[in-house]
Amino acid sequence: MELTAGVTTELSGAEITLRCLHEEGVEFMFGYPGGAVLPLYDEIFKQDKVKHILVRHEQAAVHAADAYARSTEKVGVVLVTSGPGVTNAVTGIATAYMDSIPVVIISGQVPTHAIGQDAFQEVDAIGVTRPCVKHNFLVKDVKDLAVTIKKAFYLASTGRPGPVLVDIPKDVQTAKTNFFYPQSVPMRSYNPVIKGHSGQIRKALNLLLEAKRPMIYTGGGVVLGNASAELAQLVHTLGFPCTNTLMGLGGYPATDPQFVGMLGMHGTYEANMAMQHCDVLLAIGARFDDRVIGNPAHFFQEDRKILHVDIDPSSISKRVRVDVPIVGDVREVLQEMNRQLAAGKERPDPVAAKAWWDQIATWKGRDCLKYDRDSKIIKPQSVVEKLYELTKDMDMYVTSDVGQHQMWAAQFYKFDKPRRWINSGGLGTMGVGLPYALGVQLAHPEATVACVTGEASIQMCIQELSTAKQYHLPVKIVNLNNRYMGMVRQWQEFFHGNRYAESYMDALPNFVKLTEAYGHIGMRIDKPEDVEPALREAFSRKDDLVFMDFITDQTENVFPMVPGGKGLSEMILV
Amino acid sequence: MRHIISLLMENEPGALSRVAGLFSARGYNIESLTVAPTEDPSLSRMTVVTSGSDDVIEQITKQLNKLVDVVKVVDLSDGDHIERELMLVKVRASGKDREEMKRMADIFRGRILDVTDKAYTIELTGTGAKLDAFLGALEQGVILETVRTGASGIGRGERILKVQ
Repeated sequence: MELTAGVTTELSGAEITLRCLHEEGVEFMFGYPGGAVLPLYDEIFKQDKVKHILVRHEQAAVHAADAYARSTEKVGVVLVTSGPGVTNAVTGIATAYMDSIPVVIISGQVPTHAIGQDAFQEVDAIGVTRPCVKHNFLVKDVKDLAVTIKKAFYLASTGRPGPVLVDIPKDVQTAKTNFFYPQSVPMRSYNPVIKGHSGQIRKALNLLLEAKRPMIYTGGGVVLGNASAELAQLVHTLGFPCTNTLMGLGGYPATDPQFVGMLGMHGTYEANMAMQHCDVLLAIGARFDDRVIGNPAHFFQEDRKILHVDIDPSSISKRVRVDVPIVGDVREVLQEMNRQLAAGKERPDPVAAKAWWDQIATWKGRDCLKYDRDSKIIKPQSVVEKLYELTKDMDMYVTSDVGQHQMWAAQFYKFDKPRRWINSGGLGTMGVGLPYALGVQLAHPEATVACVTGEASIQMCIQELSTAKQYHLPVKIVNLNNRYMGMVRQWQEFFHGNRYAESYMDALPNFVKLTEAYGHIGMRIDKPEDVEPALREAFSRKDDLVFMDFITDQTENVFPMVPGGKGLSEMILV
Repeated sequence: MRHIISLLMENEPGALSRVAGLFSARGYNIESLTVAPTEDPSLSRMTVVTSGSDDVIEQITKQLNKLVDVVKVVDLSDGDHIERELMLVKVRASGKDREEMKRMADIFRGRILDVTDKAYTIELTGTGAKLDAFLGALEQGVILETVRTGASGIGRGERILKVQ
């Protein structure tokens, strides 16, 4: 490896690590110290380019870094110690992995000579994390450290993104060598395909132009691939209906007339019916997962051509057989589609389009998201609707936890821009909401960040209220408190004979007092007429974290619902 | 259907566990798996014998390709290929069986590597089916021990799996 002229000082592994992070332009790292990372923390102390955010549990460190990445376009960075530091981080890593989020996790490891000796706080970090990372490295020689960190950032942020872990033994952190940071790290084993095959793109366009009942279905890939503008151009040129997955919300503007809502298990009637009955389906950066198309056998009862654009070849023809696969970066592919479309004169048949839109309007007339607006008890949907009305013109980000509240947030908050809706789609990790909100607020200090959560999820990372205090992060927590694990309760009602086994949250804390104990502001709201004033009050407090505990209807369910194993058109409707 | 998949991967520690882990995590079958460095010591070559529907095999090759350490993957079953496996068998060889065992080894082109008063150790190379046939031809009582390497494979003719 070449040395820059004049640089002769040797640096320790810990110094090198920090220098690498500086080279990568890292602003924040989220972490928690421990014995095996003390040399690294010593170097953090000696510099001020990277700001370290001390969380209260390693899981939250990864979630916060993950949300930072989701809401920016940058790589999230985490630092944890060996053993329990790593195992605590695993839930966060798996969450990022399932949603393809670029995160680099640096973990301490016991000294190389102690590896395999069952040393104190030793765990096989590479083995433990292997199934839930894009790749991981154990650095055994300080000479390999800089190039390994470069590779970690390169792998995390290119192709289909994902978390990459770099495990650094303590003696490697203290060993010294010359520092050189490579500009690029070509890898013969890793060359993601960027440009889509233009012949395949032509073929896809021809099918789209001939379609009578077309549908465009897009997922998180459009958001991660920064392809929203290109998608909007394509959808507008073709005049087709567009639906987003839970991960794809904001990839296409929700208030656009061609948007038919989210699809899937809790998607709209019109989106699911259009998916089921379309004759040509264009899937972009989405993966036909079980929560999206339900039972694949039922999906294939209808005959349709499927065109699939994805950067990951293994996502194509995994759950459904695809007619026209296009491997490539979604943005590049959409640009090429728009180019070819602009160059040609063909446009879709307007008569067929009219008939199809009429059909969709009929489905839409079913008003699948209706609920009792005159209820004397707070309806959870009304809280989200009100939240949307009051905040839609703000520079707004919404995070959520996992469960009913997540679905209501997805259904009733209309995201017009990408990277504004931050939630755990693939792994479905309860507890992400608050750390997600903190990561987003750090990345966007001037923006407003709301965390829509429930009384069960919020307790899974409640300790992060302390982190919020330390760094003055004024997030707004919208707790839809129905005294049940709502989604579990819903499934027990529908599929387990109303036997609510262990889904009732007995002995709930007083959230107002709890929030106050952490030094924040708590509010309890139990009347429908108090919802709007409470939200107004909370969002007017620009500098405070406000926890709004909304006491909501215990028996409300999320509709529509495609029960597990059923087909998209077999929804339970309200 | 049975497939024999060859791959070249970076000769890094843990590379084998990434492949083995992929197969177990996604519920794919492994009939056998062999691995050793190639003439270029930075690369290992692995042969995996697996089975599954066409869709499953397509996913297996895609998922293998997705592993960051994997440089190249080829499904040898897509074309003509040669497949060989090595087996060592220790058999009882005393009394009247002794001559018979020698003849049997000759018929299957086996080589006797080690001889004692009571036993032969026979080396046999061939396809898995041939090795099975040899074991099937012996009386079960005479087999003392067997060890098999699992299949290695290579394309016929000009078909080459190599990094440019």
